[in-house]
Amino acid sequence: MRRLLPFPFLSGSLLIAWLLLNQTTAPGQVLLGCGLALLGPWILTLLQPPKGRIRRPGAIARLCWRVLLDIVRSNIAVARIILRPRPRDRTPGFVNIPLDLQDPYGLAVLACIITATPGTLWVNHDPATRVLMIHVLDLIEEGDWIRTIKNRYERLLQEIFE
Amino acid sequence: MSATWLTWSLTLAQIMLALAMACAVFRLLRGPRAQDRVLGLDALYVNAMLLLLTFGIRSGSTLYFEAALVIALLGFVGTVALVKFLLRGEVIE
Amino acid sequence: MIGATELPGWAAITTALLVLVGAGLTLTGSLGLLRLQRFYERVHAPTLGATLGTGSILIASMVCFTVLQTRPVLHEILIAVFMTITTPITLMLLVRAALFRDRHEAARRESMAGASSGERPDTDRPAS
Repeated sequence: MRRLLPFPFLSGSLLIAWLLLNQTTAPGQVLLGCGLALLGPWILTLLQPPKGRIRRPGAIARLCWRVLLDIVRSNIAVARIILRPRPRDRTPGFVNIPLDLQDPYGLAVLACIITATPGTLWVNHDPATRVLMIHVLDLIEEGDWIRTIKNRYERLLQEIFE
Repeated sequence: MSATWLTWSLTLAQIMLALAMACAVFRLLRGPRAQDRVLGLDALYVNAMLLLLTFGIRSGSTLYFEAALVIALLGFVGTVALVKFLLRGEVIE
Repeated sequence: MIGATELPGWAAITTALLVLVGAGLTLTGSLGLLRLQRFYERVHAPTLGATLGTGSILIASMVCFTVLQTRPVLHEILIAVFMTITTPITLMLLVRAALFRDRHEAARRESMAGASSGERPDTDRPAS
């Protein structure tokens, strides 16, 4: 089983993507998709990706809901900043955040989350010092942002990936 | 009744997306620096993809979806290639 | 006009609202490209269109085609997944490239003796 399906999650996503692209569940296409799902991970093993595993589906659902809320909220906040007739002084700036999260997949998900919420951008993560640098559009208090990232996302991501 | 509503709001949405594309083109042409132009290009292809999706809704044909997917794919590759160039090449401004 | 006019009322209104919200957000984001003064501020603006703007137009398209074809049409999810994976990569690379170029420029200016303009590497100059 391990050798046949080294990355079950990837295989599943490939099959689903194939069926969505073809918009059918006809047996022939399912068979083709299964072939693709077997072949894709086999090619990926040649790249030797780091091992990762996912646990706690409950935490994943909680994280998704939280991220969705934050995306809506920060969309409104940034839209307000842009449409404000006279721009008040805002101090955009870089924030350095010391992270405890080390799993590469967890960090990748964190990068997606931080960039997907408008107003914050992932700039750099140094794996040696474990310091993450983000850019914030409306920087009021540096400590606030550090606490937000650490409490809202990092703890849940650690539960899921570590 | 609701169908005319839909037609009108689709037209309005398309006008808004076209204006958004114009903003991105302005940034693309105006600069002032090379990274601004790349940012404009990135915004331009996202807006074009959304415009295609609204055309798809209007005509009720899923063909536009494929075009939108291709734009998303190629736009990403193009932007990354340009940024890679900014990181390595000597850019004349 | 072949397709969209045959939608039942609730679906038509849902689609119309979602499309308008999405287009409005995208327009706001692109306006941000014009209005914000510095590059590091502008780089935040298109995320509006790339997240919620794209999301709501994709959901509108899903609602519209699911009702029109009376079967679940979900292939828009592919675009959504693709956008969430690619947007962070492009923006992260773009900001890094900008930082790299600013530092590079500042270093070059310092090496030229007697350069008077004092631009720091981590801030950037205004738009025009």
